[in-house]
Amino acid sequence: MVKKIEKIKKKLKNSTIGIAGLGGLGSNAAISLTRAGVGKLVLVDFDKVEGNNLSRQYYFLDQIGKPKVDALKENIKKINPETKVETFNLKLRKGSMEKPFKDVDLVIEALDNAETKAAFIEEILTKLNNKPIVAASGVAGYGHSDRIVTKKLGNLCLCYDELAKSSDDDVLMAPRVILMANWEANLALELILGEDK
Amino acid sequence: MSIEVNGKHTEWVKNETVEQLLKRMKYTFPLVVVKINEKVILKKDFPITIIPDKSKIAVLHMISGG
Repeated sequence: MVKKIEKIKKKLKNSTIGIAGLGGLGSNAAISLTRAGVGKLVLVDFDKVEGNNLSRQYYFLDQIGKPKVDALKENIKKINPETKVETFNLKLRKGSMEKPFKDVDLVIEALDNAETKAAFIEEILTKLNNKPIVAASGVAGYGHSDRIVTKKLGNLCLCYDELAKSSDDDVLMAPRVILMANWEANLALELILGEDK
Repeated sequence: MSIEVNGKHTEWVKNETVEQLLKRMKYTFPLVVVKINEKVILKKDFPITIIPDKSKIAVLHMISGG
């Protein structure tokens, strides 16, 4: 047991995970990965923290108006000052979406818009060969935890609820969004450490 | 002469590409991956991938929210 813990600690400390989007999925996944002991996080978002984000995203009242990359870095450092954090305060644009993630071990897709999600996954899969990517689709609503499944498709691992509605037509609520954020973080650990046997 | 798309049986059309099948099935969500008999087909290959008879096809789509 002690041996297992030491092995995991070492492996995670030497790992870098990139997160695209720091909303409900990305901010909460980043916090869990920090607590788990991932050595370095690469955070990408263009937005600022808004009041209504606090219903599900890992920010605080006194951070409203701050760029999300800076606010999340602060929160990560409060948990573990040794976690390395690299930030990109920019909007991912088609054609160059893979750029901030070239040197990471694994990418987490945590964007909000369906089109952007699909475009991002396609760019990572086609431009960064053999880079594992974890994505999520169907986070809106509440209840129906049992509908969420993991789809493993080559280098893509998808946290998926095919029956969920779009966030344009349904509510985004902390329990389900954070459940899926942690589902993504948990998948990331599994891919980096290998299956827990 | 039929194929299975997301668990539903539908007619097999000779020389139909993934792109044409998605149009026929009226899938309008932004798609991420199509899997034909466990083989992953990327979006860029949708127009050039012909669907064999008796294929089992999974279409995974992205839904907004994050």
